[in-house]
Amino acid sequence: MDFLFDNERPIYIQLVEKLRIEIVSGKLRPGERILSVRELALNLKVNPNTMQKALVELENEGLVYTERTNGKFVTQNDNLIENLKKKMAEEKVNKYLEDMLDLGIDNKEALKYLKEIGGKF
Amino acid sequence: MELLECKNIYKNFDDKEVLKDVNLKIQKGKIIGLLGKNGTGKSTLIKLINDLLTPTSGEILINGKKPGVESKDIIAYLPERTYLDKEMKVKDAILYFEEFYTNFDKNKAVKLLKDLDLDINTKISKMSKGMQEKLQLILVMSRNAQLYILDEPLGGVDPATRDYILDTILTNFCEGASVIIFTHLIADIERILDEVIFIDKGEIVLTSSADELRNKENASIDEIFRRYFKC
Repeated sequence: MDFLFDNERPIYIQLVEKLRIEIVSGKLRPGERILSVRELALNLKVNPNTMQKALVELENEGLVYTERTNGKFVTQNDNLIENLKKKMAEEKVNKYLEDMLDLGIDNKEALKYLKEIGGKF
Repeated sequence: MELLECKNIYKNFDDKEVLKDVNLKIQKGKIIGLLGKNGTGKSTLIKLINDLLTPTSGEILINGKKPGVESKDIIAYLPERTYLDKEMKVKDAILYFEEFYTNFDKNKAVKLLKDLDLDINTKISKMSKGMQEKLQLILVMSRNAQLYILDEPLGGVDPATRDYILDTILTNFCEGASVIIFTHLIADIERILDEVIFIDKGEIVLTSSADELRNKENASIDEIFRRYFKC
């Protein structure tokens, strides 16, 4: 799990973002047990305290829960994951549309590009 | 109780004030970057904490006690320059640490050296500079200490060695222990820091959580440091 950090943004926020993507994409499955804080931190080569902070944030969002003796798990609440996925996808789409507007390409035309090029994937 | 506390530390050499009213509190379980340019009092502070110098005034407490015989077991210190006799072989250096420090975990050191494919019969003088740095770090991190004080651990090493050193620090500091990294090379280490302390002209000028500082300034610690010191 190699991961390049942007030193200009808080590391824990970048960890939260990375784990959200893993959950939304299904790389981490609903109900799956997450590695311990220390293991995760060492895998990503970050400070365990920073990792801990990121997991607390994910717990606050309900994406992760703790079973007292067994460790931390990914939520089994599919709605929550689905809603997050939708929200994240919307952000990406908005970003795409904004970038296209910067190029002088309106939404309608942007959609045309998407169909044309997206179709080749 | 703090692991390390410096209270109103002043240190003068003749009439030169090298440290001015330094106040520090280091808690357990943190990695702290003590960041400052060369010649700003970093080394003097390290020597005070290690009981190699005494403050002109003020008090240093390690687990609530003044530096002395007990604190030598609490602190594992990596000096900027090697103090190992280069005529020694690696295995002699291990023996030296074993005799000198009761909390030295020989098995851990041997394992880490094996991971490096380093033959313990090699003479230190025959090893590359990077390898010597790694050996020294392994010896220090193999002590089950509570506070690791690392003086410029990345000074003059190549990028691959740098990664090795950072990994070794992260994987080997005991749970609940703290690490203070004294350095002016910030870009490479900043991602592992919990807290940063800037020292300038013998004074502590900034103390902050690393992530809060990034958030506030929208910049890396390295850039904030450069801006601050205009270097």
